[in-house]
Amino acid sequence: MTVQATDPAGGVPAETAAPPAARRDRLRFLRNGKTATGLAILGLFVLLAVAGQWLAPHDPSAMSDDVLQPPSLEHPFGTTQTGQDIFSQVLVGTRGVLVVGFIAGFFATLLSVLIGVSAGFLGGIADELLSAFTNIFLVIPGLPLIIIIASFLPDSGDVVIAVVISLTAWAWGARVLRAQTLSLRGRDYVQAARATGESTWRIIVFEILPNLTAVIASGFVGTVIFAVLSEITLAFIGVADISHWNWGTILFWAQSNQALGQGAWWWFVPAGLCIALLGTALSLINFGIDEFVNPRLRTAARVRGAIRMRVGFTPVARAPRPVPKGAGASEGSKAPEDSEGSERTEGTPA
Amino acid sequence: MKFVLQRLAFYLLTAWAAITINFLIPRLMPGDPVQSLIARYQGQLSSKSIASLETLFGLDQDRSLWQQYLDYWANLARGDLGLSFTFFPTPVSEVMAQSLPWTLALVGTTTLISFLIGTGIGIFAGWRRGSWLDGLLPVTTFISAIPYFWLGLIAISLFAVQWPIFPAAGGYDTSLVPGLDAAFLSSALYHAVLPGVTIVLSAMAGWILGMRNMMVTVSSEDYVMVAQAKGLPERRVMFSYAARNAILPNVSGFALSLGFIVGGTLLVEMVFSYPGIGYVLFQGVNAKDYPLMQGVFLIITLAVLAANLLADLLYVLLDPRTRKEG
Repeated sequence: MTVQATDPAGGVPAETAAPPAARRDRLRFLRNGKTATGLAILGLFVLLAVAGQWLAPHDPSAMSDDVLQPPSLEHPFGTTQTGQDIFSQVLVGTRGVLVVGFIAGFFATLLSVLIGVSAGFLGGIADELLSAFTNIFLVIPGLPLIIIIASFLPDSGDVVIAVVISLTAWAWGARVLRAQTLSLRGRDYVQAARATGESTWRIIVFEILPNLTAVIASGFVGTVIFAVLSEITLAFIGVADISHWNWGTILFWAQSNQALGQGAWWWFVPAGLCIALLGTALSLINFGIDEFVNPRLRTAARVRGAIRMRVGFTPVARAPRPVPKGAGASEGSKAPEDSEGSERTEGTPA
Repeated sequence: MKFVLQRLAFYLLTAWAAITINFLIPRLMPGDPVQSLIARYQGQLSSKSIASLETLFGLDQDRSLWQQYLDYWANLARGDLGLSFTFFPTPVSEVMAQSLPWTLALVGTTTLISFLIGTGIGIFAGWRRGSWLDGLLPVTTFISAIPYFWLGLIAISLFAVQWPIFPAAGGYDTSLVPGLDAAFLSSALYHAVLPGVTIVLSAMAGWILGMRNMMVTVSSEDYVMVAQAKGLPERRVMFSYAARNAILPNVSGFALSLGFIVGGTLLVEMVFSYPGIGYVLFQGVNAKDYPLMQGVFLIITLAVLAANLLADLLYVLLDPRTRKEG
């Protein structure tokens, strides 16, 4: 599935000049409803991560006499058993969640690019070894491993947890990148670069990597989702440092103080909804990237290829237009509009 | 056959890697957490069990790393995973033997159910793209972003506290003696409903999305068009032509998802105090019971590998290309 993901589905029509097409493509990525929604929600959370500390109406750890209050104007998400304001805890906790998510995503992506691209580009015995290594880490269940490593460590601060998570989360991205590199390696423009005597590293950095941008980005976003879930899980079971506020810590205290039995739904619902909202936002961004590189996934009422058979009609299927070989992948994403257009005008049986 | 042997070799390699990681973790970590635990239980530990703990955690400084590694394997071969401190003085292997069947039953059944339902919905959503089923996609995205354990908390608060229909915790009615009689089995089933539904709901979303996207990709292939042009019934084109090919990545992606699902299941067990391996791990984590945690990791990994091997066998049945020699 991933192999054909960035396969250029077609070339740029001869009459369209390349630069304006590229600009329009970039806008198109942002115009995609899913991406826009995802980015908007993510932006909101980033804002909270930066400013949460100042926006919080109360000190998240301060106790008060308002014990176990349901949501009110004074305490929008209610209070805990010791009278702490849950709204402030959620606001202040956003930073920890995002910091761990993005640090882990960054390191895991770095590892996956290093290992995946090297494996795909070098080939031979190096590929065999790196692939086996990747597959081993892919199959070993990540969460139990993270739990064990984290609980052996004397220090379980945010950065340490992020690094531990990234150590177990790189394998999926590496596998996808390897497959993608493998398919790029044989392309004409790479052969040409090699023939002109460019060094291996130059080819990887300037010829291969730019064409992997979308795959790397989607791998990064996927890893951030995984890292956020893992970190919250670690905090929830008490492995991570619970003196820092994050959404998992809130759930940890809710669980250990029997919030469920006391019917204090407001104690664990907001944090969970925030997790789900953040995860949804990141997934939406990833769908946008997927649809950007694989136009067939777009949810459109006009369905390409799925031809309904009806008596009395002869379905007409358009053959894909001849593709000029060697069209770059970034330019190639113009093609979907083109093929959809031809579908609209000629594909409908009258 | 060659395919199966290759996979088998790979899983043996992975098992070896997991065991070696397990061996290395306590030795690479700073500090010496186990020594203090042993000191705490000084009088109650037999010299034999102290020796086995020393082998597990590399406390015996006189022996070379290689010698320790060989001892570690020798212990494993005897099924000796050390003593649990949480369930002192029960050996870890015994704790595992008690809790593993619960987890296997819960994860096995729920994974199967969620795979079948999720793939089924995915087939229809991908085939009828643009229909109302596409409206399910945002919902499934949202659900797949929810941590399993949080959905479990919600389930408890709704169906065990608000409307006490199902029990909030445990794996069976504690007044019953575990056994293979109708009363116990029905009680176990009754207790498994909430955790089971939680896992199915959470795990299903991933299968739906994967299957839908593959169906969309496959349904524009030429062979699907040919099948339709031949005038085959739509049902047959959908299942025997499109779905049969679209399902392959879902089955081979099973490996990844399984690790994730198992991780989520461990958490669900913790939330429901379900007597499986996840709850054992939870107790081990809280008590810093290192032998128990390491035993859990090892058993989970081996179980996941075995399940992957099963998925590969299924793949051989589904994909004739793997059966070809050469």
